[in-house]
Amino acid sequence: MALKYELKQKEVWDGNMAAAHALRQAQVDVVAAYPITPSTPIVQNYAQFLADGYVDGEFVMVESEHSAMSACVGAAAAGGRVATATSSQGYALMVEVLYQASGMRLPIVMTVVNRALASPLNIHGDHSDLYLGRDAGWIHLIANNPQEAYDMTLCAFKIGEDERVRLPVTTNQDGFLVSHTAQVVKPLDDDTAYKFIGEYKPKYPMLDTKNPVTYGAQTEEEWHFEHKANQHKALMDSPAVIKEVFDEFEKVSGRKYNLVETYKLDDADVALVLMGSAYETAMLAVDKAREEGIKVGLLMPRVFRPFPYNEVAQKLKNVKAIAALDRSMPMGTTGALYNEVAGALAANGQSAIMTNYIYGLGGRDTTVEHILEVIRETEKNAKAGKRVTDLQGFINLRGPKLSFN
Amino acid sequence: MATPKEMLTDWDKVQFGAVLPAFEDPEHKKRSKFHSYNYSVADWRVEKPVFNRELCIDCDFCWVSCPDSCFIVEEVVTKRGKKQAKIVGINYNLCKGCGVCVEVCPTPIKSLLMFPEYVDNEEALKQWPKKDK
Repeated sequence: MALKYELKQKEVWDGNMAAAHALRQAQVDVVAAYPITPSTPIVQNYAQFLADGYVDGEFVMVESEHSAMSACVGAAAAGGRVATATSSQGYALMVEVLYQASGMRLPIVMTVVNRALASPLNIHGDHSDLYLGRDAGWIHLIANNPQEAYDMTLCAFKIGEDERVRLPVTTNQDGFLVSHTAQVVKPLDDDTAYKFIGEYKPKYPMLDTKNPVTYGAQTEEEWHFEHKANQHKALMDSPAVIKEVFDEFEKVSGRKYNLVETYKLDDADVALVLMGSAYETAMLAVDKAREEGIKVGLLMPRVFRPFPYNEVAQKLKNVKAIAALDRSMPMGTTGALYNEVAGALAANGQSAIMTNYIYGLGGRDTTVEHILEVIRETEKNAKAGKRVTDLQGFINLRGPKLSFN
Repeated sequence: MATPKEMLTDWDKVQFGAVLPAFEDPEHKKRSKFHSYNYSVADWRVEKPVFNRELCIDCDFCWVSCPDSCFIVEEVVTKRGKKQAKIVGINYNLCKGCGVCVEVCPTPIKSLLMFPEYVDNEEALKQWPKKDK
């Protein structure tokens, strides 16, 4: 039996420590990981908990992230609760296996600490890796601070392992800005947390030798489409379960999460759509802009996949101008958040003026002042009733003004 | 591989996660409807093995090696009253044309050879290589 960890009502944790404690409280059976900056401390802390007797499980050291995710797939197929952590290049190396995990419907939880992708090499936070795994069939939850990193990781197990979902889940936090920033976190005690997540119920475990099964079957043109459609349906239906889990989490923790988070959006003419740590910076910018008399609000999809497009459109119904802020270079088009939001609006017959900003790549500072500038520019569009600013702008980029139309 | 129509299931009824049961009942080795035994792979074939009874020594190597159990065997009694398996032909409804049987055939002139699908078996036997004299 694992030892109980004595927690204070308020702990000072960074995002990594928060995620590691959530993994510990979930009593994961197998963690297979290949530590990588900035998510190394998740694995390191978890291994420490295990060595100190706080976890009954296995920690598997592997030789690469591809092997890490492969070992996770094996352990999950065998019938265990499985988790791992990664970032950036490691995430990129895992991608091939990410599709395997979701296709085999294995509810693995991966605590991702978002970091830029090389080249040039950079260890700091941006959303390049999150966007890379976008279509992999995983559920992607976004956390903006250590508290949310902890909460989302607990919820991730419950969402992914639900009978109606059975899909792998990532929880995302910004490298260093969240992962290495110590803040006050209010944890649940071990028993409450474990009771919330619940006992793991394996489905078609390979270790059940009475009922042997084959994982990783080949399906050609007669079958593949049907299987992928079945998987897509599970993902598209998962918001109902995610809502349930968030409601249940509110009951045990008092903290309320939604598919779509908003800030002062109800009476807003101008809206910013962004996710990650910059959302909190933007909150301060919104307060300042409102002092200037600009009616501005914020929107963030808490769940990046499945993308809550109808909820997003609903919340943005009365907004005149929207700026979507992407923390990843879209390389040849507009940013992913811009595309998602534009699609959501178009699907609902809405036509707010939309612009796209790229910010914070490789951990570049994005300050309240920078976001205030975006708010002011977006307000120009709202006032003019048409787009008068550039379609795609770049925040805090050195050199002559870069923009695209 | 063409799946028989009655085996095709709809997207809402496919096996969860493409996880396949090996046997419905492992104790009795009862095969599930998705087991490969229930498929025919004969339409993969572009070349077929032709069997030459004249040269065969009934070593049964082909029978052992064939992945699709194509070889038709008859039980015969030898002059000494011993029961023996005699290869009498190939079931072309099962054969995928992999050529393993030809590979393992040990007779000096092979008793199994691959021929294009369109060549008649009797014609193939006429074309069979002869011993050097």
